[in-house]
Amino acid sequence: MAGVAAEPGFLMTTLEKGVNWARTQSMWPASFGLACCAIEMMGTGAAHNDLARFGMEVFRASPRQADLMIVAGRVSQKMAPVLRQVYDQMAEPKWVLSMGACASSGGMFNNYALVQGVDQVVPVDMYVPGCPPGPQSLIHGILSLQQLIMDGEIRNSTGVV
Amino acid sequence: MTGEMPTVESDSSAVPGTENDLVASVIDGFDGATVTEHATASSATVYHQVSVSVDDWVSVVRKAKNAGFDAFVDLYAVDHFAQAPRYEVGVNLISMENNQRIIISTRVPYDDATVPTLTGVFVGANFYEREAYDLIGIDFPGHPDLTRILLPDEWVGHPLRKDSSVGAIPVQFKAGSVDL
Amino acid sequence: MTDTTDTESAPVEELESDQDPSAPEMSVADQRRATHDMWVSGTEDTYPFAAATDEGAQEMLPQADDPGASMQAGIAVDDDYTSEVLVDPDERQIINMGPQHPSTHGVLRLHLELEGETVRRVKPIIGYLHTGMEKTAETLTYAQGGTNVTRMDYLAPFHNELAYSLTVEQLLGLEVPARASAIRVLMTELNRVASHLLWAATQGMDIGALSMMIYGWREREICLDFFEKTTGLRMNHNYIRPGGVAADLPDGWQDDVTNLIAVVSAGIGEYEELLNENPIFLDRTMGVGVITPQECKEYGVTGPMARASGVDWDLRKAAPYCGIDQYDFDVPLGRHGDVHDRYTVRMEEMRQSLHIAGQIVETIPSGDYRAEDRKVTPPPRKRIDESMEALIHHFKLFTEGINVPEGTAYQSVEGPRGELGCLIVSKGGTRPWRMHWRAPSFAAVQALPVMMTDSLLADVVASLASADPVLGDVDR
Repeated sequence: MAGVAAEPGFLMTTLEKGVNWARTQSMWPASFGLACCAIEMMGTGAAHNDLARFGMEVFRASPRQADLMIVAGRVSQKMAPVLRQVYDQMAEPKWVLSMGACASSGGMFNNYALVQGVDQVVPVDMYVPGCPPGPQSLIHGILSLQQLIMDGEIRNSTGVV
Repeated sequence: MTGEMPTVESDSSAVPGTENDLVASVIDGFDGATVTEHATASSATVYHQVSVSVDDWVSVVRKAKNAGFDAFVDLYAVDHFAQAPRYEVGVNLISMENNQRIIISTRVPYDDATVPTLTGVFVGANFYEREAYDLIGIDFPGHPDLTRILLPDEWVGHPLRKDSSVGAIPVQFKAGSVDL
Repeated sequence: MTDTTDTESAPVEELESDQDPSAPEMSVADQRRATHDMWVSGTEDTYPFAAATDEGAQEMLPQADDPGASMQAGIAVDDDYTSEVLVDPDERQIINMGPQHPSTHGVLRLHLELEGETVRRVKPIIGYLHTGMEKTAETLTYAQGGTNVTRMDYLAPFHNELAYSLTVEQLLGLEVPARASAIRVLMTELNRVASHLLWAATQGMDIGALSMMIYGWREREICLDFFEKTTGLRMNHNYIRPGGVAADLPDGWQDDVTNLIAVVSAGIGEYEELLNENPIFLDRTMGVGVITPQECKEYGVTGPMARASGVDWDLRKAAPYCGIDQYDFDVPLGRHGDVHDRYTVRMEEMRQSLHIAGQIVETIPSGDYRAEDRKVTPPPRKRIDESMEALIHHFKLFTEGINVPEGTAYQSVEGPRGELGCLIVSKGGTRPWRMHWRAPSFAAVQALPVMMTDSLLADVVASLASADPVLGDVDR
C-alpha cells in the first residue's frame, strides 16, 4: 500500500466506457424460464458450463433486481402480457435476449397459440438461434450482447441518456 | 416383440374369457353398446373400446368404475367434422387388478354438443373436461367450474375444431429488403 | 442341527412381532414421520428444549379437531372447488404464485388461499405455455410429427417420440427389428435417468439443498453428452421415428454407456450420502404432500408419484413395450406417499434404469436399426445414387410422408412422470386427423391441491417439486 501511495498513477478513460464496463461485467439475468430453452439456460448456469465465469451467474428471482431478461422458450398468447409485465418491472438499464427459435420467430409452431416472435411484445437486443441453443450458443449470445453494450452509448431502453 | 396388429373386431375366442367377461359385464344391460378390440405394442395386452350412447355415458362409466376400472387415466375429445354425430368424447380407464384398459366413448352431434360431466364419478375428470371444453367446445353440464383452461379466458372459438384454422401467419423476414 | 436352530428361532421372532407388530418396520424414517406433527397437535410441551430458548413457548392454535388434519394425512379426497370453508373468509388472504416464479418449474401459476401460514385452498392455473401442438400435429405429416411431439415433455423427449412412433406403427401394423427396440429401450431408460437427475437437482434446490442443483446437473451433462453423440442434439432429438430409430448407435457406445452407468451410479450414491440423513431434508420431506393410492387413481396420477403411494403399477411390467420385459428390473414402491417416498422411489428408479441399460450393452442383438419398409423408412443414402426406385421412395417419403390407414390407436409408455399416452385418429392419408396426448404432468398438476391443501406455505414448494411437473407436457 505504501508503494502505491508513494507513486500515484492514474487511468484515463471516458465515462461512457467506464459505465459500460461496469454494466457488462455485472449483468444479472432474471430467472425467467418458459420451455425447453429454460432447461438449457439452467444448464448454462450450472456446474458444467459455469456462467459465473462471465459474472452472470446471479439469476435473480425478482425482475426488479435483474438487468437482463433471457426469454428462454416459446411465448404463448396467454403468457405475452405476463412477459411484458415482468419486463416493465425491471429497472433501467435493461436488455432482452431472445433465446431459441420459438422466442425469436415462433419457431416451428406457426399457429394460433404462440406469439410469433417475442419482439412483438418487448424490444429485443440479441437473438440466439437454435432449438434449443446449447450452452455454448447462449454464452456466445451473452458475450455478443456484452460487446454490444461496451460499444454502445449510455442510454436506457427508451433511448434517453 | 413389438407385434402391432391392426384393429380387429371383438372375437370372444381370441381373448381369454376373463377379459371379455369384465368388459361384457360393464356394458351388460346397455342397448346399442358396441365393443371393439384394439391391439397394442405389447403383444400380451389389448384394450377394448366401448361405444355407448350419450344417455348411458355416466351410468356406464360408473359401472365400469365399480367393476374394477377404478383408475382414471384420460379423457379426450375428437371432432370428426364431416361425420355425424360430429364429436366423440372418450374416457380411458384402467383396472390395475386385472391389468385391463377400457376406453368408453360416446358421440354427440354438432347442434347438441353436451356430454354429462364425469366429475361426480372421477374427480380427475375436472381438468380433462375443461380441456375438452376449451379446445373442442364440448359442454359438460354439471361440471363445477367449466372454464377455459389452456387458452386465455377472453379467447373466442375452439381451436381444435376442424373448421378452425391453424392460425398460422405469413412468415415475415424483417431484416431483408424486397424489390418489387 | 440347523433344523433345530430354525425351529427355535422362529417362535422368538413371532413373539417379538406379537409384542409390537410395528416394531420390525419402525425405521428411523418412520419414527421421524410419527413425530412429524408440527402443527396438527399441541406438542409444544413435549419438546424438552422448549424451556431452554429465551423466545418462550411457540404457541400454536389447537388443531386436533380440525378436519384439515385428516386431509393433511391424505384421508379425504378434496379439491379446490369442493373444499368447505372452515373459517371466516375475512381471515384469509389469497396470494398468487407464478407464472414467473423460480420454484414453479416453468410457468405454472397457483392461487393459494392462506390462513396464517397454512394453505387452505389451492387452484392451479395452467395454459401459459400452451403451444397448440395438437393442432400443429394435424398439419404435419407422420414423418414430420416426431419433431413436434419431442418438444412436448422436453425433459423426456425420447419417451414422447417412442409413444408417438409406437402409435403410428400400430396403425401401420408395422413390426420393428429387435435391435431398434433395444436401442429404443436404452435411450428411453437413459432419458429416465436424465429426467430424474434434473428432478433431484430442482427438488434439492427448491427446499434449500443448493448443492444438489450443482451435482444433479453435473451427472445429467454426461447423459446429454451421450445423447448428443448418438442423435446430434442435446434435447429434442427426433431420434426414435416410426419404423425404428434415425441412426444406429455410434462407435464405442458400449464404453460410453458403461462409463455413464459407473459415473451416475457413483453420483446417486453421493446424493444419498448428502440427503439421506440430512435432518433439514428429512424434516422438509417426510409427511409432506401426502397423496393416497385412492386419490392417485381418482385424479389420474401415475408413475413415481403413484408408486410412492404404494400403487403397484408400471407400464413396463403391466403392458411391456419394445420387449422391455426381457430385461431384469424391479419396480420400487413407497408406502407413505409423501415427498420423501417420492425421493426414494425416484432414486431407486434411476438405479433400475441404469441396470437395464447395462443389460442392453451386453445383450443387444445385431441387425437393422429400422424396419426395411420403404413406405415408412427412407432407403440408405447410398442406394439413392444407384436405384431409381430408392430415389422415388426417398422423394415420396419426404414430400408426401407415410400413408397411414384409417383407424384409431392409443399407445402409452411409462414416462419419467407416469403414463405418457398418444391417441391418434387417422382418416387415411399422410397426416393425423387428430392427435391427443395423455400427459402425466397434467394429472399431477390437477392433484396438486390434494397434496397442498392444509399444509404449510413452505411445503407448497416441496410438494410442487416432488410432483415434477413439466409445463410443456401440461400445456402442450
